Amino acid sequence: MIRSYDDLQNRRATLQTQKPKRLEVIVCAGTSCLSSDSDIILDMLQKDVLDRGLDIEVEVVKSGCFLFCGQGPMLKVMPDDVIYVQLTLKDVNRIIEEHIIKGNIVTDLLYERDDKKRAKNESDTPYYKKQRRIALRNLGIINPDSLDDYLEYNGYEAMARAITKMTPEDVIEVVKTSGLRGRGGGGFPTGLKWKFTRATKSDEKYVICNADEGDPGAFMDRSIMEGDPHSIIEAMIINGYAVGANNGLIYIRAEYEIAAKPLFKALIDAREAGLLGKEILGTDFSFDIEVKLGAGAFVCGEETALIHSMEGKRGEPTTKPPFPSEVGFRGKPSNVNNVETYANIPPILVHGADWFNKIGTKNSKGTKVFALAGNIENIGLVEVPMGTTFREIIYDIGGGIPNGKKFKAVQIGGPSGGVVTEKDLDMEIDYDSLQQAGSMMGSGGMIVMDEDTDIVEIAKFYLDFTQDESCGKCTPCRIGTKRLYEILEKLTNMEGTPHDLELLETLSENVKNASLCGLGQSAPNPVLSTLKHFRDEYEDYAYRRKRTAYVVDGQKCIGCTKCARVCPVDCIAGKPREVHVITESDCIACGACYDACPVDAIIKP
Amino acid sequence: MKKAVLDMSQFDQNKLNELDAFIEQYEGENKKESLIPVLYQAQKIFGYLPHNLQRHIALKLALPSAHVNGVVTFYSYFSEKPVGKNTLSVCMGTACFVKGADKLLDKALGITQSKRNEITEDGQFTIKDVRCIGACGLAPVVTVNDKVYGKVSEKEIDDIIAKHQEETHD
Ligand SMILES: Cc1cc2nc3c(=O)[nH]c(=O)nc-3n(C[C@H](O)[C@H](O)[C@H](O)COP(=O)(O)O)c2cc1C
Ligand code: FES
Repeated sequence: MIRSYDDLQNRRATLQTQKPKRLEVIVCAGTSCLSSDSDIILDMLQKDVLDRGLDIEVEVVKSGCFLFCGQGPMLKVMPDDVIYVQLTLKDVNRIIEEHIIKGNIVTDLLYERDDKKRAKNESDTPYYKKQRRIALRNLGIINPDSLDDYLEYNGYEAMARAITKMTPEDVIEVVKTSGLRGRGGGGFPTGLKWKFTRATKSDEKYVICNADEGDPGAFMDRSIMEGDPHSIIEAMIINGYAVGANNGLIYIRAEYEIAAKPLFKALIDAREAGLLGKEILGTDFSFDIEVKLGAGAFVCGEETALIHSMEGKRGEPTTKPPFPSEVGFRGKPSNVNNVETYANIPPILVHGADWFNKIGTKNSKGTKVFALAGNIENIGLVEVPMGTTFREIIYDIGGGIPNGKKFKAVQIGGPSGGVVTEKDLDMEIDYDSLQQAGSMMGSGGMIVMDEDTDIVEIAKFYLDFTQDESCGKCTPCRIGTKRLYEILEKLTNMEGTPHDLELLETLSENVKNASLCGLGQSAPNPVLSTLKHFRDEYEDYAYRRKRTAYVVDGQKCIGCTKCARVCPVDCIAGKPREVHVITESDCIACGACYDACPVDAIIKP
Repeated sequence: MKKAVLDMSQFDQNKLNELDAFIEQYEGENKKESLIPVLYQAQKIFGYLPHNLQRHIALKLALPSAHVNGVVTFYSYFSEKPVGKNTLSVCMGTACFVKGADKLLDKALGITQSKRNEITEDGQFTIKDVRCIGACGLAPVVTVNDKVYGKVSEKEIDDIIAKHQEETHD
């Protein structure tokens, strides 16, 4: 049991002076790596090390996400600082024989850079170079199941200082001056929110962590919960102390039930260690946390809807004001913050507001985590200072567009955001610049699209999402998003008219202005922003000049007949060794010929 | 007027007892708020939430059954229809969509000759589209029950379905 600040410091000192084993093998247990069998690799390594009697000098542990998800499964050997990527089960033996026993690096398992050189560790790998980790500081370093690991890396120091040495007002002041803004979408100043919740008088208050992570294509919150669960717990305790709440709630989406296992364990461990529960560290401050599961509804990420869902009701939003800081869970003042926002809190308290304040841009301080996905070479999580440009993220970190394709656009802010195109690639990313560009930060999902992407289909995809997820409470959103979707569908079915484009615009504006909550208010963004940047593509559909058939490039075709043989509707004609021709009116654009062609002679519509 | 008694005979009594025991643990304020966890548990035990079961839960929690049904139909996690032995979910999150997840879904529906969210004739599969499961690094992603398949090609869908078909036939 840790009963005082001194206890905590002693425990940490003991942990830090413990002599580590000769080697530590850290296996990534993030979602992507796990799904490609990193758990089996971990088991095999542990068993093998034990069988060979190496366990006295070698420790095999798991950790949270290494961020470079496209290269999984991955592992790291410390203190040699060597990272192995894209492992298969048969590599386990080689790593043990070569590296662990003989001390030789297994070169062909290292990451191969663009310049064909092998990268030994993070500092050799461009993907990690421009990153700066605050929210993700412990990922890939500590074992998420180990409270000791977290303590060793300065865990619970911020909480201990806050509740034993600072007044709640002091804490709020630090968060306020740090300039931290909410990472869940809105970008509301966190310190101010805490101040409001503190100011509301009530016998009971709540602190709520929003772990609903609704943006499809974003997975940073999940990775933090999986990889560094104690940091959320610690931050929530600090939040509770600052606003005067004794109860915390974490709302997790249904799909993440398994991902949240480390969090459940962390709660138990923290409670057993006396870091959570009654009279924490011998003070008179008590705080505990309960987890609530969502059940699959995007709108539940919106804070008022989330609160209703936690109360066992339909997750429908209500108008603000009153804000949750006045009337929240069970009608009591509640402070809602996002997972990534929370993950920033402990370092801010330990290093000070000024330290945080120096990172980032004028009105957006600190870093932001982006989930880089889509048509991009390096897929994974990226944490960079606010003000980093799209070009740096997509090219320097992301490694550019695969297969020699050209960049077309990047969607940021998920279904509530918009596209950013070539001309804005050098824009410094922060809350305000994105807003000006007609997009928004959202939770930081970044979907890169290459030249082959049909932008109207993308807009349709997002509208399909929002019309499906609209909770139905307000009419503009319920019916408006549906009609928007229908117009887009009409267009892509080549049944639209130029008038539909005007209709899209006016309807979008109306839905934006008249909807009750952020879902409806932002739902038309993908349409408006793609319409602004790619009007010609909409017009191709509206004027029905969009080509829908595949075409054979006569220059390249070698007459191998492969395309004709796979065509399901027999619309490709041609003799062997002669140029083939596709009958445009019969082509159903299934793409079978495109995949079958050995010389890339088929042109996509 | 005679008060209608719920006919629960279609349900396995042991399962019902299990559910009732779960409901018992909630009291007071918590009871009112426990609907979602209770529905979770009920779906875990029975596989889906038929109307009579919803009414049973409403009675136990002293809630109007319209409220229970309102909640069940609001959340996509809850199903009022029976599901197949295996649930094959194609992720339709953005990262997966950009990598052609829609074609995977069509393919899976084609192979099993079924419709979205409906059980196949042989009761083996329910094919669904789901929201981002947070494994975007592996896009496109397909899950069967708890197993995650990453970077799935159209060809691999055949193998995946065949594999799980065999396993459950064993
Ligand atoms: C439709 C909609 C969906 C949202 N989804 C999420 C979400 O998944 N996660 C999240 O943290 N915030 C989400 N938000 C924002 C929350 O309402 C709220 O602003 C946020 O949790 C506050 O925390 P922060 O200030 O730390 O960002 C969503 C908002 C809207 C309108
Ligand atoms: S979009 Fe499919 S896992 Fe995220």
